[in-house]
Amino acid sequence: MDVTGRPTRRAVARGIAASAAAAALPCPSFAQSAARIVVIGGGFGGASCARALRKLDARLQVTLIEPNRIFTACPFSNEVIAGLREIEVQQFGYDKIVAESVTVIPQAAAKVDTHARTVGLADRSSVGYDRLVLAPGIDLRFDALPGYDEAASLKMPHAWKAGEQTTLLRKQIEAMEDGGVVVLAVPAAPLRCPPAPYERASLIAHYLKTKKPRSKILILDAKDGFSQQRLFEGAWKELYPDMIERIALSQGGRVTSVDPATGTIVTDFGNYTAEVASVIPPQKAGRIAEIAGAADNTGWCPIDPVSFGSKLLPNVHVIGDACIAGQIPKSASAANAQGNACAAVIANLISGKSPDMPRLNGACYNTVAPGYAFSLSGIYQPKEDQFAEVEVKTSPVDAPREVRQQEAEKAQNWFKTITVDAFG
Amino acid sequence: MPSALINVPRTAKRGDIIEIKTLMSHIMETGYRHLASGEVVPRDIITSFSCRYNGTEIFRADLFQAIAANPFITFFTTATESGKFEFEWIGDKGFSETASASIIVE
Repeated sequence: MDVTGRPTRRAVARGIAASAAAAALPCPSFAQSAARIVVIGGGFGGASCARALRKLDARLQVTLIEPNRIFTACPFSNEVIAGLREIEVQQFGYDKIVAESVTVIPQAAAKVDTHARTVGLADRSSVGYDRLVLAPGIDLRFDALPGYDEAASLKMPHAWKAGEQTTLLRKQIEAMEDGGVVVLAVPAAPLRCPPAPYERASLIAHYLKTKKPRSKILILDAKDGFSQQRLFEGAWKELYPDMIERIALSQGGRVTSVDPATGTIVTDFGNYTAEVASVIPPQKAGRIAEIAGAADNTGWCPIDPVSFGSKLLPNVHVIGDACIAGQIPKSASAANAQGNACAAVIANLISGKSPDMPRLNGACYNTVAPGYAFSLSGIYQPKEDQFAEVEVKTSPVDAPREVRQQEAEKAQNWFKTITVDAFG
Repeated sequence: MPSALINVPRTAKRGDIIEIKTLMSHIMETGYRHLASGEVVPRDIITSFSCRYNGTEIFRADLFQAIAANPFITFFTTATESGKFEFEWIGDKGFSETASASIIVE
């Protein structure tokens, strides 16, 4: 405003923008009675967020929309594939979350109307919200790898969403004759749980070494380097010499097409035949993110790292694998941390406070054999509009076996802790 | 350690348009990076790639710093006669590599 007290055009424009922004926030009196928070997706991110919201502010009306009545966890699911664990211990229900007065709607979200602030459900009813949290995880891109569609995934399981795919891959490996080749096709980044393909190779090698020692594993990789590479390669040399071969991107490892009928996997420079193939296709944010308009042309959702607020939609937050979180790897641990941090942001916003700067902890355990694990843990904070790694710790490369044993025990405890935090 | 990957169809019909794929392992150091000590990392890139089909050059490319490590070059040509494709990569620090592949044209 100028000295005459007359509002300048610019100030008026700013005032209009400010009141529009204020209108976008739930008005305080209403919010204090009962702000409605809807969370779409009941995985590690969404379930943790819904529970944390209720704990932070008991007045919040929290709704969790999740079509599956049972959630099957991905961490440790590679052990299921290798026959070291049963799928049931990976499964969690929502009863405890319901008991904490979160309304759980066992339906798929079909659309999001960000003007009316409603979520349309599969049965055509709708739920209103003041703030919406999208935690839809990933979808597999069945259009990205020629020959690999949903039908192909029944022949060449991705097992990248735990459940039937996990047990299918296990059955195929159990049915394979000794001397067979198991091929793992690994996509370029970004992908859910970046070190998991190599953990999978390790644990399948453990099974084969024990039961079918003439068999081999071939990793066809669209990347050159990978997370905890020296640790994995050291363990392979120590535990599974000559069993695991990896062809990296620069050696022509990128898979360009597959033929599930013949078990053929084609790269730019070769054709490979697999007795068992686990083809992990490229990925994108879960479908509702795209329908809502929260995903950009990368297929993932850009966010403001301080608030997890969508850069594309008002009053919408995106957490977990679906969001673009800078240097934070897509993992259950990250989703859980983001779910809790996002709940704190929302509780603050509703009570009129500005969000605190999140500081997220991420842990990633990899098991390469029973009683043999290593890990990477990081601390992440917003920096220049993106999450940056401010601290990272990786297990030492030349540690004695006792250390690997201890890490294997820590991994078990980590799983217990994170699943209790997410599902009660 | 340089290594070339080549993918040329083993056979083709006369007149077919065929795809040729090549990948050369190379760091493609731009010459713009500095070490922690401030020293410039000298440029080390492939500067030229060419392909001859029975002695006649059918494809050539100049490479620059903006091209990523391990250049992957693919192109198409018409299969005219049986014979040999010869590939050559030339670069900084005396880099010179060749590879070849045969084709039977029916």
